[in-house]
Order: sequence, then C-alpha cells, then structure tokens
Amino acid sequence: MSDTAIKVDGLGKKYRLGGPSGNARYSYKSLRDVLAGAVTGSFRRNGHGKPPAEEFWALKDVSFEVTQGEVVGIIGRNGAGKSTLLKIISRITDPSAGQVEITGRVGSLLEVGTGFHPELTGRENIYLNGAILGMRRSEIDRKFAEIVAFAETEKFLDTPVKFYSSGMYMRLAFAVAAHLEPEILVVDEVLAVGDAAFQKKCMGKMSDVASQGRTVLFVSHNMNAIEELCGTVVMLDAGRARDSSKDVRAVIQRYLHGSGVGASAAEWRNPGKLFNFEEFHPSRFALTDAEGNPAIGIQRADAELWINIEADIRKLDPALTVGYAIYAESGETLYWSYQTDTGERSWPRLSLGQCVLRSKLPQRLLNEGTFRIELIGGLTQRAWFFEPGVSAPSISLTIQGGLSDSPLWMQRRPGLLSPVLPWTVSSAEHSGGILSN
Amino acid sequence: MTTTSAPAPQLTAQEPHAAVPQRIILRPKAGWQALDLAELWHYRELLWILALRDIKVRYKQTALGAAWAIIQPFLTMLVFTVFFAGYGKLPTDGVPPQVFYFCGLLPWQLFANSLTNAGNSLVGNQNLITKVYFPRLVMPASAVITGLVDFAIAFVVMLGLMAWYHVMPGWQIIFMPVFVLLAFFAALAVGLWFSALNVEFRDVRYVLPFLTQFWLFVTPIVYPSSIVTSPWKRMLLGINPMSGVVEGFRWSMLGRPTPGPLLAVSIATIGITLVGGLFYFRRMEKTFADRV
Repeated sequence: MSDTAIKVDGLGKKYRLGGPSGNARYSYKSLRDVLAGAVTGSFRRNGHGKPPAEEFWALKDVSFEVTQGEVVGIIGRNGAGKSTLLKIISRITDPSAGQVEITGRVGSLLEVGTGFHPELTGRENIYLNGAILGMRRSEIDRKFAEIVAFAETEKFLDTPVKFYSSGMYMRLAFAVAAHLEPEILVVDEVLAVGDAAFQKKCMGKMSDVASQGRTVLFVSHNMNAIEELCGTVVMLDAGRARDSSKDVRAVIQRYLHGSGVGASAAEWRNPGKLFNFEEFHPSRFALTDAEGNPAIGIQRADAELWINIEADIRKLDPALTVGYAIYAESGETLYWSYQTDTGERSWPRLSLGQCVLRSKLPQRLLNEGTFRIELIGGLTQRAWFFEPGVSAPSISLTIQGGLSDSPLWMQRRPGLLSPVLPWTVSSAEHSGGILSN
Repeated sequence: MTTTSAPAPQLTAQEPHAAVPQRIILRPKAGWQALDLAELWHYRELLWILALRDIKVRYKQTALGAAWAIIQPFLTMLVFTVFFAGYGKLPTDGVPPQVFYFCGLLPWQLFANSLTNAGNSLVGNQNLITKVYFPRLVMPASAVITGLVDFAIAFVVMLGLMAWYHVMPGWQIIFMPVFVLLAFFAALAVGLWFSALNVEFRDVRYVLPFLTQFWLFVTPIVYPSSIVTSPWKRMLLGINPMSGVVEGFRWSMLGRPTPGPLLAVSIATIGITLVGGLFYFRRMEKTFADRV
C-alpha cells in the first residue's frame, strides 16, 4: 500500500453564475423566478432554446499528490480557488469533475470558532464545537483539561461566551480545534486573526502537528508562514495548479513575480513633454534589480532593489537635487533620499546628456506592506521640479515575505519598518564598566 | 508556558487506530444517492449535542422560558373552547372541550414547531454548513428533537387538566408514545422536504407559517373527525398525516373514538413522505454548501 494521503486527480469545480435575473455569484432562486422562467422558457424553447447559463470554473483540472506526513502550503491570489479546493477535500462541497482520494480521517479548520454559540458557556461550547469538528464526547472529556489550559480561560468556563473578550473567544476556539487529531489536517487562514502572541501560539501548534508526522494542508497569504512550515507548495492561479514543488522558496518567488500585481506600477515613464526642465528632464523612474533590469512591484524584504532615475540634462546646475520619497500606505513619510545627501566630494558627478541615477534601497528595512515611492527634486532653495505629495510622479512597491531568517519571526510585526539589527552580549561586570565610563 | 513543545506520545501516527486508515474517494455525484444510515449513526453524538444546544439556547434567551411551551397551547385551547365549542356549538365527542382541544393541540404543536424548526434548520445554520462536513440530515433531525421538550412540558399540563375535569386515561395510554413518535416522524418527513427546498427557494420561509396555520384547520383539532361519517371521505381525511396522529393521540389519552382505517392511511402517508423526503434531501445535499 502506498503512503499517499491525498491524491487529487483532474479535479474541477463549477459554479453557475447568476442567470438572467441576477449577476451575483450565488443567486437565490425564488419560486417566482422559476414560475416566470417556466412561462418565458416555453416561449423560448420554440425559438432559441435555453438561455446560456453562465458557468464559472473555480477549479479546473487540478492534480497533485500529497504523501503522508507532508506539510503542503497552498498559495495563490484571492479567487484562485484555494478555498474551493479545501472545501472539496474537507467534503463540504462536491467536485464537478475529477476525483480526490483521501486516506485517513480529515479534520478541517476553515474558520476558528465554527458553531460557537454566544449564549452558551465556555464549557458548553467546547463540547459543541468539538462535536461539530468531529470529536467524540469521550475524546473531549479526555482532553478537556488540556484544552482549557491551552486557552487560558479556566475562570470563565461557566460564563456565556458572549461576555468573552474577542481574544479569549479566539483562544478558546483555537484551543478546541488544535486538539483535534485527524490524520489529515486542513487549515485555511486561521492565523490571520488574533494578536501577535496568539498567532505565535497558533504557529507553534501547527508545527507541533507537522512534527508528529501528520499530513497538513495549509492555505495562507502569509508567505513567511508558508516558507517556515511547509515542505511542499502548490500554487493555484485562476483555478489551475500552476506550480508545485518542494522548493518552497522558488515557488513563492515565482508566484510573487508572476502574479503581475504592480508590474506596471513599479515603473513610471514620461509620456514626453512632462517635467520638461532644462536642468533635469526625466524619462523613466523605476525599480530595478542590481543589473538594472526592470523589477516587479512585489518583492521580498530581503530582495536587492535599486531605484533608477533616467533623465536628460541639457543644462548643468550645481543646485540640482534629485531623489525619492517613500511613503507608507497610511500616507506617512518614511524618509527622503537625495543624490546630494553625502559629503560634497562623493556626490555623483552629473554631465550633459542622458544619465541614469541609481540608488540601492536598503534591504530588510521595510516591513510587509505597500509603499509609494515618489520621484522628488528641484533646485535647492529655488524651485521644486517634482514637489513631494503635489506634482511628483510615483511608483509603488509591495513587500511580502523575506522579513527575517529567524525561526521565531514568521509574521509581520507591528511598525512600518522591520530592520534586522545585530545583537551582542557582554558579561554584567563588563557592561557595568562601560556605564561607569 | 504557552506552547506545548514535546509531542504527546499518543499523537504519533503509528498508533494502532491508524493502522487501518479509512479511504474515501470524492467524485462528482449526480442524481439519486443511496442513504448512508451508518454514517448518520456515526454522527449521533452531534445530533444530540445540536439538539441540546437548541434547547439550552431556547430557554436561556426567553424571559418566560419553559412557560412558553404551556402558554401557547393553553391560550389557543381557551379561544377554541369559547368560540368553537361555546358559540359555534361544535361537538367534542362527549369530552370536556378544554380537554378535547388541549389533547388535539399537543401533538399538533409538536408537529408544527418541529416542522418550522426543521424547515429553517439548514438556512439558519449556514455558517456550519459552509465550514464543516457532517451528514446534513443531522440538522433537520436535531431540530425536530428539540420540539419534544416543549411537548413533554405541555404534556404535564395535559395530565393536570385531565385530573381537573375527571377524565381518566384508559389502557390505551400505553400507545401514547407511538403517536408521539408518529408526530415526530411526520414533522421530520415534511421538514426534510421544506429544509431542502428552503435552501433553493427562500420563499419557503414565508410559506411555512402560512402552511402550519392552514394545516391546523384541515386537521381534526377544533372538530372531531367523527363529523365526517362517509368511510370514503374519512380515508381522504387520513391523507393528512396529522389526522391520524391527532385522532390516535386522543384515542390513547381519552379512550375514544378508535381511529380505524384513517390511521392506517395517515401512517402510509407519513412513510411515503419520509422515504421520499430522505431521498430528496440526499439528492439536494451536495449543493447545500454552494447554495445556502
């Protein structure tokens, strides 16, 4: 017998889009519509036949295999079919084509706290939720103390959960789910909720599960978590499995690059006559790699990226300052940088004609998120050519993943920046000596 | 500390229970499916715990709690007594009208409440249906079980009422549970159809209250079925499954009149509706998560 846990073969799932009466993805029929349809349908049948029902394949021809004990990450953009895939594997919905062969009990965690009832107490909800997730009463009895300890809600066991803080609620819900012991665990984005401490706890539990040799299917947008936990990754795009490999980092890289998001946003080109200043007439403002090749607008935090400013100079002016400003999504300015920020001797020497000003973006400084980078500059004390926040052209950069190599740092941290800074240790007497100096 | 570091020994995959892993194959299903009663049995604990949830919630959220189970049939009984028996002079088979009506309303209430609960059970639990797998049949079945609690409470009142009017039950009372069970299955049978239809057609939500109201008057509750004398027409009356249930329940409690062939017709109707409902439900089951 093979040790295949999940075998997905030519899997497809078709949804019918709203018919003539609506265009919602899932439209409810009302009896009136059906009756009206029967009447109009009888007319139509004479002429044109049935109106074409719009079909939408959420998944199409997806095949992959998961061996026992493997931790598989599933990545892809919203609407790529990740959730549909998990729903089929956890038997919530039926496939429309192909088949899935599953060996072992499947436990799915598509949403933490499924079936919790606000009026019931913590204790009652543990039993309710456990039963819903497929645990036996005896099994819950056995693990009850452990669940309560994990959730840290001993004192509130007999309080209805509607009085719980959202943190307590989440902890309790996750605690129940975490004690589910199926041979195959299916998890969808549960880590997207809760505070950082709670997320860390969830991640810890997930890697425990993985280390016990159980099979895990894990859907997430958190590339750090995927990279840390998964041994294999499957990338879905528009319902198809585009990429699947044990080289998790490579797939993630290809995903980020190929997703196309922001590919055009990472470059600004002057259509011609804009900013036609004699001192500095920019033609292109773009993100590039070290060699100057165009880079796309989604990058890992540790990617080497350069800002390229190409321009035509028809008149030299020593007061020319050109650079960029970088803003967080919230609009806060992170910093400005000019070619004239160093001592005058090391300024780049500009000459007449075409020139390319380059500056390397600091690696591992920006946190995950989307940033706006503006071309700014002008003649010092005299005039703005590209005034920050007013007339400056801009490009955007999204940072995803690659925050740190540390196994303890897998999530986005608070803050706009997430630099990895060196730490040292010295003995107590020594540091005392430094202080007394 | 918070994280559980060392894996507990019983969690390893080499445990004996994992020696024979179950294998399932998921593929597209079309048309009618066989019933999987073994699986339903496997999920019996869930059935029970969901019923328990509904019962607890019902009595926690209401100010009058269990009193509701009594107030509803009791007030209806009073109105019936004043207007139908009093002014309308409708016969009550020689039984005090209070007892006669209450006795008819008990199984009726069990049926109507359970039917309404079951009919809305899938739509009302969509968060579960779209997130977890379990045999969907658990949902309407647990909704019907919930109705039994109200019935039990009202039944105590019934006994009190009978004592007050000096109506003693005869030996027939041993058959009472049979009719409760019949009412239960009648509600489940019709509830299965409506719960599945409700997912597809949201109109069902509005149809149900009207239906139960309408159904009340075609069931021999305000009048005894004995006012229909033609045997052929009595059979026709029996097509309404609740005719047989109500008549039978009255017979078991009050000792008269014997239901006869009408009951047989009702039992047959319940059986056909239930089996049909089970298969229809099973057929529609696969689309619930996509449509609800």
